[in-house]
Amino acid sequence: MAARGSGGRPPDQHGQGQQSSHVAAASTLASVSETAAAVEICDLVKRYGHTAAVDGLSLRARRAAVTAVLGPNGAGKTTTIEICEGYRRPDAGTVKVLGLDPVSGARALRPRVGVMLQSGGIPPAVRPGEYLGVLARFHARPLDPAWLLDRLGLTGSARTPVKRLSGGQQQRVSLAAAVIGRPELVFLDEPTAGLDPQARHATWNLIAGLRTAGASVILTTHHMDEAEQLADHVAIVDHGRLVAEGTPSELTGTAGQVRFRAEAGLDVEALLAALPVGTAAKESPAGHYLVEVHDRVDPRLVAAVTAWCAEHGVLAQELRIESRTLEDVFLELTGRELRS
Amino acid sequence: MSQMADVAEWPAPDPGAAPMAKMIIAQAGLEARTLLRNGEQLLLTLIIPVLLLTAFSVDDLVKLGSGPRARVDFLVPGVIALAVLSTAFTSQAIATGFERRYGVLKRLGSTPLSRGGLIGAKTVTVVAIEAAQALILLGVGLALGWRPHAGAAAALWVVLLVLAGTAAFSGLALLLAGTMRAEATLAVANLVYLLLLGAGGIIFPLAKFPAAARPVLTLLPSGALSDGLHAVLQHAAGLPARDLAVLAVWAAIGIALAARLFRWE
Repeated sequence: MAARGSGGRPPDQHGQGQQSSHVAAASTLASVSETAAAVEICDLVKRYGHTAAVDGLSLRARRAAVTAVLGPNGAGKTTTIEICEGYRRPDAGTVKVLGLDPVSGARALRPRVGVMLQSGGIPPAVRPGEYLGVLARFHARPLDPAWLLDRLGLTGSARTPVKRLSGGQQQRVSLAAAVIGRPELVFLDEPTAGLDPQARHATWNLIAGLRTAGASVILTTHHMDEAEQLADHVAIVDHGRLVAEGTPSELTGTAGQVRFRAEAGLDVEALLAALPVGTAAKESPAGHYLVEVHDRVDPRLVAAVTAWCAEHGVLAQELRIESRTLEDVFLELTGRELRS
Repeated sequence: MSQMADVAEWPAPDPGAAPMAKMIIAQAGLEARTLLRNGEQLLLTLIIPVLLLTAFSVDDLVKLGSGPRARVDFLVPGVIALAVLSTAFTSQAIATGFERRYGVLKRLGSTPLSRGGLIGAKTVTVVAIEAAQALILLGVGLALGWRPHAGAAAALWVVLLVLAGTAAFSGLALLLAGTMRAEATLAVANLVYLLLLGAGGIIFPLAKFPAAARPVLTLLPSGALSDGLHAVLQHAAGLPARDLAVLAVWAAIGIALAARLFRWE
């Protein structure tokens, strides 16, 4: 994975004078970062009435890393994040953010933590440029609002009232607001929901940039590709509990698969008999065949599959060799049924 | 720009809060600009008081029963009370109610601006708008022939009354905005504005109300404020102790309840 907060810092946004202070600040942060995790959650419980939104969740997010929290709707992601942000108090368990309690340490944490809420919270009549200008004046050494707007492709909308911006533009204003104070830790609740591909890539760039610069990022998302691309660490949450965690490659494992389409109702058992030991095969859904191995797919497996097909007069269409995706793992762990 | 260049250029974290005064001024500036851009708010805080002052001075529409000079002498203290009512109460309640509804207050809760700082910013905004209203209303009043019949200390008493009235109305505004839905806040704030406009000694002198109702009306914040302003500016009275005390009690009750009951989300 890419480097942590590095020494030689890039150009300053306000002028050259502060360049050395960036380096100094970065190294101070690096020494502090060994002492506490970005976020440490232990046996967290939060109930609303009789239902437990969070039910014994434990999770540790490293510093200077991107941690993605995945889970179906209602899994407890937003509740967990909002407890970390100090908006709600846990019913049981402990939460430490940068080593501090999110409620009692709120005063010290607020300048150090950037927050992007799932539902904006930006005054509708305000313009992005003036809004970021005001937020910048809440911080000691903020980013330049104009530079940030440019980064997020919002320069042209800087003077348009927020309520007249598209949903994707509003999302980006919200993201800019979360990072303008140069926080050590950023919570992003579904930062790319509803974004077009260009805006999504601009957001991904920003998150990757923050990570490379040494900030810690906790994000929730429904996009598995986003977690796969960005996250150093992935936590899958369901029914208020942690069901799996690890790096994206730890979660997907080395397992490989061969997929193809053919007429429905092939004799899968016969196919399996022709394949090397340690292989699994199934038809799901009808006409879609999946051959799995624990290791990487090797040429002999592909040859065996196609040879069996040739022998039985089966034309294997759309034959693909894949490794398991995070989405496969996610659906396996959280089930395929729809959540309300 | 390539992706790699973008990633490499991001500045390192360097968090820190700005001084509280700077945050409050920044937030107050934003709130004032938002208010001045809002047509309905401007109507409420400026256009209606100026129109009432002008119309009722020029013609004896509400049967003040006296010449133009006497009418404007009665109306100037009243519309100053109205300006305080509209800015500190109605306008502030509506704005805060919708900020709460849109999650603006929740979002601000995660910035370095503390809740105390936010209340401070709202207070600065309200007082600044009131100062602008006072300048305009006094200017219009003077143009219409208003001459204060006031003692030397009148300016001090007026400032005290306006500040006490602002505290009382602000507490009530935040109590309303922090406990009710935004739409309900909008309706109640406008209704209270109309009721107090009628029964607050602003347009109709309290003396025109039945004798039994008068003590009750002067115990309302608008009645106390307009009564005190009339006493000081129209009748050259000294320290309006009773009216200040009434406003102080309203302020204490409103602010204490708001502090206890205000819900930020």
